[in-house]
Amino acid sequence: MNNIPVGFDVEQIRRDFPVLDQAVHGHPLAYLDNAATTQKPQAVIDAIVHYYAHDNANVHRGVHALSMRATAQFEAVREKIRVFIHAPSVRECIFVRGATEAINLVANSFARVNLREGDEVLITYMEHHANIVPWQMACDAVGATLRVVPMNVHGDLSLQAFEEKLSKHTRLVAITHASNAIGVINPIKQMVQAAKAYDAVVLVDGAQAAAHLPIDVQDLGCDFYVFSAHKMYGPTGIGVLWGREALLEAMPPYQGGGDMIETVHISHSSYAPLPSKFEAGTPHIAGVIGFGAALDYLRALDSTAVKAHESALLTYATHAIEQLPGFRIIGHVDNKLPIISFVHERVHAHDIGTILDSLGLALRSGHHCAMPLMEFFGVPATTRLSLSFYNTQQEIDRCIEGLQHINRMFA
Amino acid sequence: MDLQALYQEVILDHNRTPRNHHAMPCATCEARGVNPLCGDQLMVYVKLEAGVIQDVSFVGEGCAISQASASLMTEALQGKTEREAHALFEQFHALLTQDDAISDTVMLGKLSVFEGVRAFPARVKCATLAWHALDAALKKDANNNVVSTE
Repeated sequence: MNNIPVGFDVEQIRRDFPVLDQAVHGHPLAYLDNAATTQKPQAVIDAIVHYYAHDNANVHRGVHALSMRATAQFEAVREKIRVFIHAPSVRECIFVRGATEAINLVANSFARVNLREGDEVLITYMEHHANIVPWQMACDAVGATLRVVPMNVHGDLSLQAFEEKLSKHTRLVAITHASNAIGVINPIKQMVQAAKAYDAVVLVDGAQAAAHLPIDVQDLGCDFYVFSAHKMYGPTGIGVLWGREALLEAMPPYQGGGDMIETVHISHSSYAPLPSKFEAGTPHIAGVIGFGAALDYLRALDSTAVKAHESALLTYATHAIEQLPGFRIIGHVDNKLPIISFVHERVHAHDIGTILDSLGLALRSGHHCAMPLMEFFGVPATTRLSLSFYNTQQEIDRCIEGLQHINRMFA
Repeated sequence: MDLQALYQEVILDHNRTPRNHHAMPCATCEARGVNPLCGDQLMVYVKLEAGVIQDVSFVGEGCAISQASASLMTEALQGKTEREAHALFEQFHALLTQDDAISDTVMLGKLSVFEGVRAFPARVKCATLAWHALDAALKKDANNNVVSTE
């Protein structure tokens, strides 16, 4: 590869990720399923272990030392989140289980409360099921209509196609920043501007984008932004809902319980101010602390070198797959995350996945929780190669050899 | 990982040219099988007369294992009684899931080629998809019966 940046030492980076150092079915593991979840650096694992070994206590409750330490660490991560997404205030950064819960929170506390019969929710064909089903459920409950923007044959969403679906009935737009299934990056800022011409509220699903793209919620102009830690080198079970303060203030709580109240009487309760209002119950404290360590880890990397490495791998892998007889890439666009979804003219994705697995290659095969997108492209499933900065050209070469082997097997 | 044991020539052959791969307008019962894990779907049609399977066919797309399994199933079931079909499914399921091979290979015949699937637990559902659909079809004569492997 010509454009690998000087000074980016992938072997050194790989040593930060203990899971990568293992054999699978007698071959070195090549983890190429980073769009499903990323591996965790030792720093994240250490932060979680340290919390449980030294600081474990409930947050926002006790006046004792451990509780105060836990609370301080927990809230320090909220500030890191605020900085990471350029939010105006930590009050707008709500900890949730993940992007899925964040979307469900908005679907329940915003959509079901504010939408009426005749209103429309606009999504795209490339959404993850998490950004489809909650809106279907909310629309069913209030009699609103779900409308869907199609892509073109390459997998691009045209701004014109998007604008054609907007109308004065559009109350809410829920769109992904980038597709988990095919990697396409959407022109979110322009889409938000178009939606704002109709005063629609806009939620952006950043689950796939957060590990790869800079996020500035104020610059994007959206109203809600959601993402999960586990797709950006942090732990599973923790994520963030960012929302505009005025909207969050006006929304009723999503769940009731401890931590989200101000006072509780048998006849009535009053709710805590933001962000606690949406954080009922003991939160995933260790997850939040691990998430903070992941953000620190990412910040310490040379982001320009990381991006250059990932895009060099993407170009290399794309070119190599294109050369292989029988294989076809779904989603051929210029502006994409390092994700390649492909199909074979005769061999099903599941068979490809099993054969690659036998060679120590971890790739996802299936519908990637994006069945409407699969339907749109007329394929039952794809195999997805999704890259991280810790992947190497050698791993891609092994993958290509595996695909050649499949061609021979199913000749 | 014994890939050869999974992708035996018989399986690759039935995947390439599946038998009884067509809809059946005169079917007395039918059911759809869905594997939510991968999105694979197939439809199984049965012509049942006096408790005997006169004909069975399928349509749908899927991986080599699910296609070959559906194809070999349709061959194995021709002329079988409902009771025999259920017994065969039981034996087939045991072949795929139970380590101590107690399954009756004589009864299973050609279906024994799926023994290799046992080493690939993630693929058991591919091999049983058509059988689950058959089971659902036989249970009810209603159309648009849907069964999921989950």
